[in-house]
Amino acid sequence: MKGNGAQRSKGANGWLLSAPALVLLVFAASGPLLIVAVYSVLEKGDYSGVRWILSGDGWFRVLFERDIFDQTVSFADANLSIFWRSVKLSIATTLITFAFGLPTAWFIATRPAKSRAFWLFLITIPFWTNLLIRTFAIMEVIRNEGILNTALINAGLISEPIQILYTDTAVLIGMAYVYLPLMVLPLYAAIDRFDFRLIEAGYDLYASRLQVLRGVILPIIKPGIIAGSILVFIPSLGAYVTPRVLGGGKNMMIGNFIELQFGQGQNWPLGAALSTLLLLVVLVSLLVYTRVSSRDTPHE
Amino acid sequence: MNTPIAVDARNIGKIYATGKDAVTALGDVSISIEKGEFFTLLGPSGCGKTTLLRCIAGFETPTSGSIHLSGRDITYIPPNQRPVNTVFQSYALFPHLSVAQNVGFGLKMLGKPAGDVAKAVARVLALVKLEDFADRLPQQLSGGQQQRVALARALAPEPEVLLLDEPLSALDLKLRKEMQSELKRLQTETGITFVFVTHDQEEALTMSNRIGVMSQGELLQVGTPHDIYEHPVNRFVADFIGETNFLEGVVEGHQVRIGTGDALDVVLDGQVGAVTLAIRPEQVSLTTAGAGIAAQIAETTYLGTDTHYDLKLGDGSHIIARVQSKSAGTFNVGDTVSIAIDAKAVQVLKS
Repeated sequence: MKGNGAQRSKGANGWLLSAPALVLLVFAASGPLLIVAVYSVLEKGDYSGVRWILSGDGWFRVLFERDIFDQTVSFADANLSIFWRSVKLSIATTLITFAFGLPTAWFIATRPAKSRAFWLFLITIPFWTNLLIRTFAIMEVIRNEGILNTALINAGLISEPIQILYTDTAVLIGMAYVYLPLMVLPLYAAIDRFDFRLIEAGYDLYASRLQVLRGVILPIIKPGIIAGSILVFIPSLGAYVTPRVLGGGKNMMIGNFIELQFGQGQNWPLGAALSTLLLLVVLVSLLVYTRVSSRDTPHE
Repeated sequence: MNTPIAVDARNIGKIYATGKDAVTALGDVSISIEKGEFFTLLGPSGCGKTTLLRCIAGFETPTSGSIHLSGRDITYIPPNQRPVNTVFQSYALFPHLSVAQNVGFGLKMLGKPAGDVAKAVARVLALVKLEDFADRLPQQLSGGQQQRVALARALAPEPEVLLLDEPLSALDLKLRKEMQSELKRLQTETGITFVFVTHDQEEALTMSNRIGVMSQGELLQVGTPHDIYEHPVNRFVADFIGETNFLEGVVEGHQVRIGTGDALDVVLDGQVGAVTLAIRPEQVSLTTAGAGIAAQIAETTYLGTDTHYDLKLGDGSHIIARVQSKSAGTFNVGDTVSIAIDAKAVQVLKS
């Protein structure tokens, strides 16, 4: 009897323990999402907000635009290019953070146990400061009169400053910097569990360095690569501050475009439709990505 | 006897780190391992046997000396270009690959066509009796099965030399005995030179054609199991291989006088002065009384086929006798007996 009681109370406690998180999720995450989804199918208000009349105009305006004079319908090229740029920049950010993050994570994981905490601590330092301030700091480095250009001109390598700020390159630099720790940490966790003796086994069996990397190391740390890629790709896709500060007005990403609809654009249904679409794109790409990348690893 | 040499290590030295932190793992080791031989490097942990094996595999570069494989200098050739494969102590199986993929890994890296790889994998898996496990992942296998996969993986590329780094140490006693005869069978069937590292002297004696006994980075003795057991060159080897009684004494003519005042007949080979006599317990025979060295039974241990007697000699020193239990006459604690030792069974070692 005593054993049964203990077991039952453990189960009840377990449910209770997760209750605060559940409440938070329902009210702070799912609730607003539902409101956004509903707003996307309502009619746009006169200045902002929505009128409670069902309308497909928000979703229509995602892909098409109607000429204000003759009412002809055409593809909304601008919207599509913003979407495409967001996906492209997010994939590029993921690849860059992976290329920089793998050697970094490898370096940390191969340090003596004592000094690893120190290196991990260095990785987390950027989180101490506000994202906006850090982004302005990057701006200070890459702007025409900034540290980088001044140094290059003083060194005599260039005569004119290189225009980096307000380009896609600037956005990429900023996002790679901001999201690098999110790639390094899961990669580190995966490499930390990696059995380094397998590398010797690979060499012993006639594999070259590249073959050991591709055939032994990467497949085994794949869970870390997947986790890191998801952690970088998703926030990249919805990035707002970095493209806003470093990309200027022209090089918008989807996050800025959505903000525009709720602000200056005064088209809440379009903004809501874009937000919902972004959510769907993220969910679908997550599903596809995990499905494809875990195909050959039945143990994961 | 002019058997071709598979591995020829000449004056191998290996020093880790430099300055005052320097650790000498290998002093000056020279060794010739014949083709088709089952050669065992035997010694306590830290004696340098694994370092020597890793030098042959290519994971370590010796600080001095050179290693030749079938006459070719391979001292500075990387491991992936040496026709040598290793069975690792931890097995080091690739966890993301099936048994068949693990076994085929080496051949695939050598660029063999897929069809040839599949054929070789099937053949080697049959050799280690794992045909039915080809599609399993390593973690779905027992320790003994993983051991066989590690063996199959190292044998599949048909290396000139197979290196085995204490491969049986993780197995329980029964499985270890099985794998010992299995390894011996595989070595005979494939004809591949095996270099086996172990700290287990019994394992070394039962499996090897020849044994190299190592201690503190030095190779002390190389010989057949019979040589090593019957004629150890020094006290360390005698003590490490099997059980041995040591008696201190002084050479007097053709005899050695021990602490009790008794003189033992021995076969001398030019030794003079103070010597140590090494006597195997099974070479000590006991009689009720009479001629020979007088001793008193301090303790008896019944071991089934044999009985161990702990004998106290006149000068207070002890000697162990191992007597077949079925032989006539059993003795009890406190009995006074007489010890006889065959002169040819006594090894005379320098003190």
